[in-house]
Amino acid sequence: MMEIGLNHFLAVSVLVFLAGFFCVLTRRNAIGILMGVELILNSANINYVAFARYSSTQYDGQIFAVFVIMLAAAEAAIGLAIVLGIYQTFHTIDVDATDSLRL
Amino acid sequence: MQESAHMAHEVAVQSVSYLRWIPLLPLLGAAINGVGGAWIQKKFGKTVVGSIACAMPLLGFVLSLRAFFQLLGLDPAQRILLDTVFPWIYVGNLAVDVAFQVDPLSSVMILIITGVGGLIHVYSTAYMHDEPAYWRYFAYLNLFTFAMLTLVLGDNLLLMFVGWEGVGLCSYALIGFWYSEWANASAGSKAFIVNRVGDFGFMCATFLLFWSLADAGHPTLVFREITQFAPLLENQVFWGVGTVTLITLLMFVGATGKSAQIPLYVWLPDAMAGPTPVSALIHAATMVTAGVYMIARLNILFDMAPTTGTVIATVGAATAFFAATIGTTQFDIKKVLAYSTVSQLGFMFIAMGVGAYATGVFHLMTHAFFKACLFLGSGSVIHAMHHEQDMRKMGGLKKWMPYTYATYLLSTLAIAGIPPFSGFFSKDEILWKAFSGGHQVVWFVAVCAAAMTAFYMFRSVYMTFEGESRADEHTRHHLHESPMAMVVPLVILAALATFSGFLNVPHALFGAARFDAWLAPVLQHGGHAAHHDVEVIEYILMIFSVAVAAGGIWVARAMYQTKTLKPDWLVDAFGGKLYRTVYNKYYVDEAYDATVIRGTMGLASISSWFDSWIVDGIVNGSAWVVRMISQAHGLIDHYIVDGAVNGVATITSFVGGRVRRLQTGNINAYLFVVVLAVVGVMMARIW
Repeated sequence: MMEIGLNHFLAVSVLVFLAGFFCVLTRRNAIGILMGVELILNSANINYVAFARYSSTQYDGQIFAVFVIMLAAAEAAIGLAIVLGIYQTFHTIDVDATDSLRL
Repeated sequence: MQESAHMAHEVAVQSVSYLRWIPLLPLLGAAINGVGGAWIQKKFGKTVVGSIACAMPLLGFVLSLRAFFQLLGLDPAQRILLDTVFPWIYVGNLAVDVAFQVDPLSSVMILIITGVGGLIHVYSTAYMHDEPAYWRYFAYLNLFTFAMLTLVLGDNLLLMFVGWEGVGLCSYALIGFWYSEWANASAGSKAFIVNRVGDFGFMCATFLLFWSLADAGHPTLVFREITQFAPLLENQVFWGVGTVTLITLLMFVGATGKSAQIPLYVWLPDAMAGPTPVSALIHAATMVTAGVYMIARLNILFDMAPTTGTVIATVGAATAFFAATIGTTQFDIKKVLAYSTVSQLGFMFIAMGVGAYATGVFHLMTHAFFKACLFLGSGSVIHAMHHEQDMRKMGGLKKWMPYTYATYLLSTLAIAGIPPFSGFFSKDEILWKAFSGGHQVVWFVAVCAAAMTAFYMFRSVYMTFEGESRADEHTRHHLHESPMAMVVPLVILAALATFSGFLNVPHALFGAARFDAWLAPVLQHGGHAAHHDVEVIEYILMIFSVAVAAGGIWVARAMYQTKTLKPDWLVDAFGGKLYRTVYNKYYVDEAYDATVIRGTMGLASISSWFDSWIVDGIVNGSAWVVRMISQAHGLIDHYIVDGAVNGVATITSFVGGRVRRLQTGNINAYLFVVVLAVVGVMMARIW
């Protein structure tokens, strides 16, 4: 079996990032966009952990990843609360329909 | 460097590589039906979807049997099979693999999960036949099987926790399966949230265990090593409490959530909103026993904490008793079974609390058989009655549904503890272990609960199957026995419920206690599992508990069959208050509503008030100051600068009018600009 190295992790990270990115760009559903953001954050996490594993003996990468996970949780909580607020105001969570901030 | 930590398992284990397929096959089934199920169902029909879903746990059952027989061929002390799939988390002194382990304890569990689970899958193919989202149901069911198998097969606490959360998630999805009705969706959320409260305890216990083991010089989360190093924690103290006592108490908090004990049992009765086979699989046979399994798995820790044992036995006895009282007053057939499940889980926790781990696991197994059979039987009734669950509208069904009636009756005899049915052996052993362990009060409460169990279960038999039919003309016209796919699992489960007790005939009845002996290598640390001399009092208690169960049955018969006793005097006792309190489940849901939920809401409104008065006040105040300053500026502005500015303003207004089209208010458009900019910057850097 082929040895799994840094590049494999980076490749996975890129794929996850692109998936999340595509999701954010194309979704019209606010929750879908939030999920895309989560994917992007997690691709960053994979990078952190992979670099920490392959380039240093310290844990700073892992610690960063833990912080990102925590921030992502907070972000999801606030994001979902905002989505709920949007739903109560607009009765939809389609981001195309909620553009009343425009002049 | 990290490989060496990985190899440091000292207990002799046998490596095999087929164990991973036991959980992975159901996961594969869930993936197939979850991703392509809608397409398969449209193209090839429901039979294909159902066959894929049923094949996975049944194949898992075959593999489980293989593991069981391989264990059987080994020396009792060496009975551990290990399948390390890949190294998972290696950070600092934490080393965790994705590894599946089969020992006598988990072999029992996987046989129950894949065996009973497989039968319930087969049953579901018929029960859910008219369901449009057939594929979604089976995807969830397979996913649940995967999570539950991960829970029992994981060789470390973290992997167990993955399964622990996974079953919670699947339980949520399946309780709310018919989510378009508000009550179902909210029952799912309730189960999930209440479980999270327990999970918090589980997590704290895991952290504390890891820390204290690290303090003792052996950081690990692998069960084999926890067993090995646990004695090092003997004298550790944390915040003035023995560390082990604290860990086990927190673990037990987790168990009360998952296994529906006081005070976190409230979600289980509401969980009956899900399809009935789900209630049989998740909320009777498997998931709710996870707490019992976890205590048995970590029995060495619980043995070191006698205080926790007392707490567990007390909570178990209280749960067994209170749930049984509620069970006597319910009219919804599934609610009766739900409270009975809570009550029976209480019995298992009594066994765990008094250190009779093998007995508790034995009751777990017999309960899985008879309660799954009872739930599937009630599902068969509900199927025939066009989704009517109120027993007051049933009656006389044995004429139309002989198989359902017979299997339901056999399982009821088992749960009531009538010899020689399985429940007699397991429940009586629990009562005896509680009594001989010096917990006479627990024993007495449990006997009362057992009497009520016999009463309310036979009440359900009489109200459902005996007497005159109370169904309306239309329903009665359509009554029928269920199809083969539902009857065959019922018959198999009823046979197991009838005969499985003989696996563990106690020494007092000239048996060999084979089940205890099978589990002994895992549970040997418990001193209570040792042989005890047969005493006369054991026979007396045995006869007494059978007599009490028979008494319960007699009362049920007198009230609901021969009508010589009127239930009314019980209902009217204490001016009807007692009955209404019990019927309304002691108002526990209302109490939680008044305290926890109102409390949270209250906190939210305080925060909201703070936000709108204090925070907004500051913001508005500073805005006011700014406005005042601006007005002063405005005066100067108006008379001096204006003339010069007007020209500029015209230009600005013109540019603004063009530029504002960028401000679409559309997030996707903004993001697109961001991306273009990032790419542009990168290009610039590269060149």
